[in-house]
Amino acid sequence: MAQIMIRNVRKDFGSFNAVKSSTFTVEDGEFFMLLGPSGCGKTTTLRMMAGLELPTSGEIFIGGEEVGMKPASQRDIAFVFQMFALYPHMNVGKNISYPLISQGMPRAQVKKKVGEVAEILGITDILNRPVGGLSGGDRQRVALGRAIVRDPKAFLMDEPLGALDAEFREHMSEELRALHDRMGATTVYVTHDQLEAMQMGDKIVVMNHGVVEQFGRPQQIYDWPATMFVASFLGSPSMNFLAFDGMLGNNQTSVALSGVDFTIPASLEGARGKLAFGVRPEHVRFTDTSAYKGQVLATEYLGTTQIVTVATPNGDLKSRISASHAITVGETVGLEFDARTITVFNVETGRALLSHANQEVLGHG
Amino acid sequence: MADVILKNVTKSFGADLALDNVSMTIPDGSFVVLLGPTGAGKTTTLRMVSGLDTPDSGEISIAGRSMTGLTPAQRNVAMVFQQYSLYPHLTVRENLAFPLKSPLLNTPADEIARKIKEVSEVLQISHKLDNKATALSGGEMQRVSIGRALVRNPAIYLMDEPLSSLDAKLRADLRIELKRIQSKSGATLLYVTHDQIEAMTMATHVGVLDKGKLVQFGSPREIYENPVSIYAASRLGQPRVNILPAGLFAGAPANAVKIGLRPEQIVQGSGEDSLVTRVEHLGDQTRLHLSFKDHDLVSVTDAHTPLSEGDIVKIRPDKPFYFDADGARIVSGGSL
Repeated sequence: MAQIMIRNVRKDFGSFNAVKSSTFTVEDGEFFMLLGPSGCGKTTTLRMMAGLELPTSGEIFIGGEEVGMKPASQRDIAFVFQMFALYPHMNVGKNISYPLISQGMPRAQVKKKVGEVAEILGITDILNRPVGGLSGGDRQRVALGRAIVRDPKAFLMDEPLGALDAEFREHMSEELRALHDRMGATTVYVTHDQLEAMQMGDKIVVMNHGVVEQFGRPQQIYDWPATMFVASFLGSPSMNFLAFDGMLGNNQTSVALSGVDFTIPASLEGARGKLAFGVRPEHVRFTDTSAYKGQVLATEYLGTTQIVTVATPNGDLKSRISASHAITVGETVGLEFDARTITVFNVETGRALLSHANQEVLGHG
Repeated sequence: MADVILKNVTKSFGADLALDNVSMTIPDGSFVVLLGPTGAGKTTTLRMVSGLDTPDSGEISIAGRSMTGLTPAQRNVAMVFQQYSLYPHLTVRENLAFPLKSPLLNTPADEIARKIKEVSEVLQISHKLDNKATALSGGEMQRVSIGRALVRNPAIYLMDEPLSSLDAKLRADLRIELKRIQSKSGATLLYVTHDQIEAMTMATHVGVLDKGKLVQFGSPREIYENPVSIYAASRLGQPRVNILPAGLFAGAPANAVKIGLRPEQIVQGSGEDSLVTRVEHLGDQTRLHLSFKDHDLVSVTDAHTPLSEGDIVKIRPDKPFYFDADGARIVSGGSL
């Protein structure tokens, strides 16, 4: 197993720039998520790690060795695709042992190895079955088995659960993560599903338009997004942006939204012009005493909680509150925000302004 | 618009019983969501109402009028499919106008223009009205096909997973829009999905289907808080309700075989020890994977919990669900 380092990697397809100067490091044994919308460059980045694409410029290190220009076959990594292909004429055991046999490993050793892998995946009892009649889950386990059996330096997975329905997907994601915890293998996993990324990842890289927007632990990125894109891509519903025109000076601890002052973490950076007050839905509270009022546009019941959409003088906002709280569409509510959690953004650049609260996360990001 | 009634509807495809004696009333102006996994009979129910399929036995009526023998066109229903089907040689505007230009409706031109403007604004496709249907992204095509249903004024709208091909953000926006359009216009909607968020947030009534049987019908809150069975309880709620042997905790009724615990039915800090096996920080909340007497369960806690893998947490049930050997809910001594 190995560390993977990406240094200033760029990829152009003709005149189209798919990845712009990406730099990040996947530590040995990490479960690492490449997250972003379609077309953001995440799959291209993964394919460059695998050697299925060669970078236009930049370096890729796997286990300390620069492999940027080496073909896939010389990188010793295993790639798991969204649409896993099995050899239909072979049984489960033969499918798993195939990579070893083609490497010329002695039979006894192959048998032992396949047995171990089958044990890890819980498919020992189906080793002699043809792959044709297997359930979706078992097919996926066999595909994983074929990847694991080679003891590669790293696993690269491109939306391996993308084609599955919600219920089964949840189950397989837990299984994959548990498998990773048992084996401790470096894994890079591409997804566009933010919940999947938060749930499974030790670390997340968020990409947009070929650019790495932020890189860090899931909760850090969620709490202290570096950009408005990250703030809106993570979380469901995503962070609210209340737009205001104003000025923010160093060490300022409040901003005014439509004439009402709200406390914010002390700023470390000045800005003026179009700004946005960023607050997560779970940090919005309803209180009659607040001078800042809004009108309820919609409520969405979710069991334990509900999402309430409110029209404010600075734009629509979503709040997540307990489902036991009675709210009716059309009523006027006073709003209050958890001051410790606020991020102010410069709307022109889309970047978060540095504050005492987010400097630890963003200072060396 | 008017009540849509299914009475003892049964349908088989060869040896497969797709619908088993389903009776259901879709009240005028309601938003009914049929929920269940693949193969539960959701789409078959929808097709029965639309007239694309006919029941083996049983009857469907709309506004008191039997639909037996009527074609889809005669039923005055509007359908939206998961797979969008647009006229590729027409523009978005022409696609939207098409149903209104039907000789049966004979809508005046200014009325058509007004409808198209309204619907395209709601669905955020105003800027694409003069594009050819083929020059749209998948999400845009699906919005046009929803729009083509919305320009009409049918007895009932039938929608089969219309949002499943859209990205998360657009899906969230359209959930609210569909709900708003429906409640404002008083339209009746029958909507099929396997997405529980869609069911919970949009439905006035949820019909839970299990292998062709309608097992529960009620408001999302009724089904979430008062499920009739393990199956119904498992359809709503994220993380899913934990189903464990009833004897694991003290206080189970005599005939209880399983206990059902939603995250909010697990009190942390008192009761018996459980081991934290994994902590998932999801941003707004943290999921705790716990091991309790060799059984796994999932609960939720604060986003910034100090708990980590290997910690011990005491837990106890609070107003749990109990189920009998058949998975049916037990309520204070009797079955539901």
